[in-house]
Amino acid sequence: MRKVYLDNAATTPLLSEVREAMMPYLGDIFGNPSSLHDWGDGAREAMDRARTQVAQLISADPDEIIFTGSGTESNNFAVKGLALAQQAKGKHVVVSAIEHFSVLHSARTLEKLGFEVSEVPVDKHGVVDPDNVLRQIRKDTILVSIMHANGEVGTIEPIPEIARITRERKIPFHTDAVATAGITPVNVAELGVDALSLAGNQFYGPKGVGALWIRKGVRIMPLLDGGIQEEGRRAGTENVPAIVGLGKAAELAKTHMTDRIKQLTPLRDHLLKELPGRIEHVVVTGHPQHRLPGHASFCVEFIEGESILMLLNSKGIAVSSGSACTSRALKASHVLIAMGLSHEIAQGSILFTLGIDNTNEDIDYVLETMPPIVDRLRQMSPLYAKFSKTVKGGK
Amino acid sequence: MPVYSEKVMDHFMNPRNVGEIENPDGVGEVGNPVCGDMMTFYVKVKDNRLEDVKFRTFGCGAAIAVSSMVSEMAKGKTLEKAMKITPRSVADKLEGLPKQKFHCSNLGAQALNKAIKDYLSKKKGGGKK
Repeated sequence: MRKVYLDNAATTPLLSEVREAMMPYLGDIFGNPSSLHDWGDGAREAMDRARTQVAQLISADPDEIIFTGSGTESNNFAVKGLALAQQAKGKHVVVSAIEHFSVLHSARTLEKLGFEVSEVPVDKHGVVDPDNVLRQIRKDTILVSIMHANGEVGTIEPIPEIARITRERKIPFHTDAVATAGITPVNVAELGVDALSLAGNQFYGPKGVGALWIRKGVRIMPLLDGGIQEEGRRAGTENVPAIVGLGKAAELAKTHMTDRIKQLTPLRDHLLKELPGRIEHVVVTGHPQHRLPGHASFCVEFIEGESILMLLNSKGIAVSSGSACTSRALKASHVLIAMGLSHEIAQGSILFTLGIDNTNEDIDYVLETMPPIVDRLRQMSPLYAKFSKTVKGGK
Repeated sequence: MPVYSEKVMDHFMNPRNVGEIENPDGVGEVGNPVCGDMMTFYVKVKDNRLEDVKFRTFGCGAAIAVSSMVSEMAKGKTLEKAMKITPRSVADKLEGLPKQKFHCSNLGAQALNKAIKDYLSKKKGGGKK
């Protein structure tokens, strides 16, 4: 059976060049980067190299990179760490309604610590209007955190416009760039932000490693106390092989970014255009143009996402869904609900995230496999039966 | 998909008794799209037995497998026996359900019960049967 992996937002595969770069650090070069002897030197040099590679990916200074254990850790660190460090100035934080849970739940923790949090709404395409950010800002606002792009609907947010507002008011601005860093151009100066999160497994690096970039001079309170690793901002012996892998993946992403975007965009556009053409009552979620290059997301009406996912899996196609049934909390996606979709439609969420291994044939296979699956589930659906009776006048 | 048992996968991939009964003796509808699952059961009764059971389900793999299993368990049973089918006995027959799915997706027995009660109340009310 044909195997088609279209769940690159969950994780990308590891590039063989990245694995090769990591191997020595799972072998002979095992030293602790904090050690002063030769063994430590080898590991430290590798970390310095990785720091430069990651910094170059986002056009930043290597000294401003802090390695973390994941995108989630970077977001927790940024939201909690920046807010706690600025709390003498105020206790108000602004986030968007469609942030990743690692930002939203961090904000909730801040509320328990006495902070106030305001959520900025989004429009039907999932776009944050900078004017709405401005409306939420108060005298005591000490942090704004808005994602660069949403991993579920692919929409890219107007970060430079929002940064103009925060910079005028000298409010630290963090962006979760986990969905964009290594995928689309990310330049911290052009974005105008003060802190930025990224993760290795989004651009063909290893899992369990991420980074937080934080502009020089911006204060942050560590989440992990201990030794003086990462200039005392993130204690704990570093995951050297993963960090080396992150660095190598960053270097390759920078080199091949233009080619990768050129490869993915037409595949994405083909899927976005063709799927709603072949299946009735399918809506594209997210922005039609301002979206991630490999990202095609839909809601299929009258049926539920997990059952679509399972039947696609039985045909060798890997996707994900934001339906309630696929979430541990059994709640519909907060992103789709914030965009104004009904629970009923949000249940049919299905998400294709393409990667550099995908071909035209893969997309054609999806386009040919999906309609009978949808049809089969609709024949089972009481919602579709009702729809057929009322709208089509019986079928 | 190892989160589901083989039995669940079998009933999900090859659901039994999908569809609608024309002029059913009873109909039972439970759930709503907010929680993610909706099921409608249709029953045909003859001599106090479920001569036919059919269903339509909107929901996840577990919801579809549960509906299919309930229909299979109920078909041919007396009304009294069919009403004794519980979420627990359905889950057991399916060789278990993931913990978070047990309450949300396991509505089949409830829908069947509702369909039988619908039949009984129609009968009591002096309907066509």
